[in-house]
Amino acid sequence: MEIEQLEKVASQVRRDIVRMVHGCQSGHPGGSLGCTELFVALYFERLKLKEQDGKPVFDMNGTDEDIFFLSNGHISPVWYSVLARRGYFPVEELATFRKLDSRLQGHPTTHEHLEGIRIASGSLGQGLSVALGAAQAKKLNGDKGLVYVLMGDGEQQEGQVWEAVTFAPHAQVDNLIAFIDLNGQQIDGPTVKVMNNRDLGKKYEAFGWEVISIEEGNDMAAVLKGLYEAKSRLGHGRPILVLLHTGMGFGVDFMMGSHKWHGVAPNDEQLAAALGQLEESLGDY
Amino acid sequence: MKKYTFTEKKDTRSGFGAGMHVLGQQNPNVVALCADLVGSLKLEPFIKENPDRFIQCGISEANMIGMSAGLTIGGKIPFATTFANFATGRVYDQIRQSVAYSNKNVKICASHAGLTLGEDGATHQILEDIGMMKMLPGMTVINPCDFNQTKAATIAIAEYEGPVYLRFGRPVIPIFTDADQKFEIGKAWMVNEGTDVSIFATGHMVWEAIQAGELLEAEGINAEIINIHTIKPLDEEAILKSVEKTGCVVSAEEHNRIGGLGDSIAQVLVKHRLAPQEYVAVDDSFGESGTPAQLMEKYGLTAKHIVEAAKRAIARK
Repeated sequence: MEIEQLEKVASQVRRDIVRMVHGCQSGHPGGSLGCTELFVALYFERLKLKEQDGKPVFDMNGTDEDIFFLSNGHISPVWYSVLARRGYFPVEELATFRKLDSRLQGHPTTHEHLEGIRIASGSLGQGLSVALGAAQAKKLNGDKGLVYVLMGDGEQQEGQVWEAVTFAPHAQVDNLIAFIDLNGQQIDGPTVKVMNNRDLGKKYEAFGWEVISIEEGNDMAAVLKGLYEAKSRLGHGRPILVLLHTGMGFGVDFMMGSHKWHGVAPNDEQLAAALGQLEESLGDY
Repeated sequence: MKKYTFTEKKDTRSGFGAGMHVLGQQNPNVVALCADLVGSLKLEPFIKENPDRFIQCGISEANMIGMSAGLTIGGKIPFATTFANFATGRVYDQIRQSVAYSNKNVKICASHAGLTLGEDGATHQILEDIGMMKMLPGMTVINPCDFNQTKAATIAIAEYEGPVYLRFGRPVIPIFTDADQKFEIGKAWMVNEGTDVSIFATGHMVWEAIQAGELLEAEGINAEIINIHTIKPLDEEAILKSVEKTGCVVSAEEHNRIGGLGDSIAQVLVKHRLAPQEYVAVDDSFGESGTPAQLMEKYGLTAKHIVEAAKRAIARK
């Protein structure tokens, strides 16, 4: 896909995010908006996915395809929107987000058999371990598919993350790319104030990871380039970490750069203001 | 009373190791994970023959559980192994979210459960693990009684699709079940048919129950002894059938009386057929250092205690 087309998808995904969160008056718009370019670039361009007649076919085992895990499950709106827009399930289902009897639970689950989801996430710190398991299964199976996992920067405060960070280079898991969404915010405020993670890149390097950085995580071209570079470094005995610098709430001016929109839904007026800034490129659900 | 004899004593954890050895040869999808306790879990034969299917996790149990969940995505059957304390309490949230709620085909295999871990003391003697695991929707909970049953259970759970908690231990105890048995998940084993009291026992307490049965017989009491190796799903039919006949119950387990086998049985009785029940279990306390035999005596988990409980239950009929 051309960059211009990907950007159009991203704009629609952002509309979906704010509409979904508004529709149930709960959920997490900030981190979702900030990671939109990454999800669109992965699912519409970089991930090798199993397809039939141009539509993805979901296989829980992900045999011979790339697998993506979301560790910071609270940014489910962006994932649900991208999965639906990519064709995993009908876009109309986005309207059920966080409502009773929905497959689109507040945090992603496999419990409702939603296509595209392979593990429940939400309780933080577990996704990298799961991704490591899936990556090792691929190696045992002689499967050339890759494993991607996204974590939050606040999530790096969980101890389990560092168990996994220690394990990955030790076991030479080099078919895995991990991202940290560096938006600098968590629920109680800026990450540097709540619990300063300091130099995450240097820490991962010290543990034996190869670390690259995408400075403009909300620039589609920069994200595509960074993903290409990350992939090119695989297969040399080291896992890859991508530090993805994003702006929380990116794309909606009054939501940008503040932890206040971590887990707050817009009211009717705010929704209208947000939608006014986002092109309806693919048609609302 | 049916006669049970033995020629050999072994630990149930060695039964697990023997089962893993067989699985290593029979099932190419079985992967073993361990958190720095390979010797304690008796995994050496598996690792020697299948080095590529063993993952040493180091002292990182949370990562081990998460990786096990991930390995199932790709069709592997991970056996995550460590001491029962570190396999449950330490990683409850990881098991809850990544294994149970995600319905992953992970086998959590836990040694050194209960008081019989012995001298290491209460930090390692978990007595709450059955409760924690059985409360998770979809989790199967198994506590086999000797070497042979543990080996058979280990092989059986690889064939079963879904999360399983398999609990076993460290002490050397008599081998009294068949070497070539077929283990059926959720199907209670009739150890001895009787008419006066139903003794439902799990794990190491089954041998104690057999000895109790002999002591009771000497006093003219005819005890029915049933081995509940699968605590969840519980064989309610076997329990009710037995209670219909005997009218009173003793539950015996190396676990806290709160949340274990006894409570599972009590739920069945409350719902379907009220009957007096006596618990042989640890009375809501932590353990302490000591030899396994000393601890079982002090905390009331011997054949003698089962005999006393049986008499109390009969008196309440």
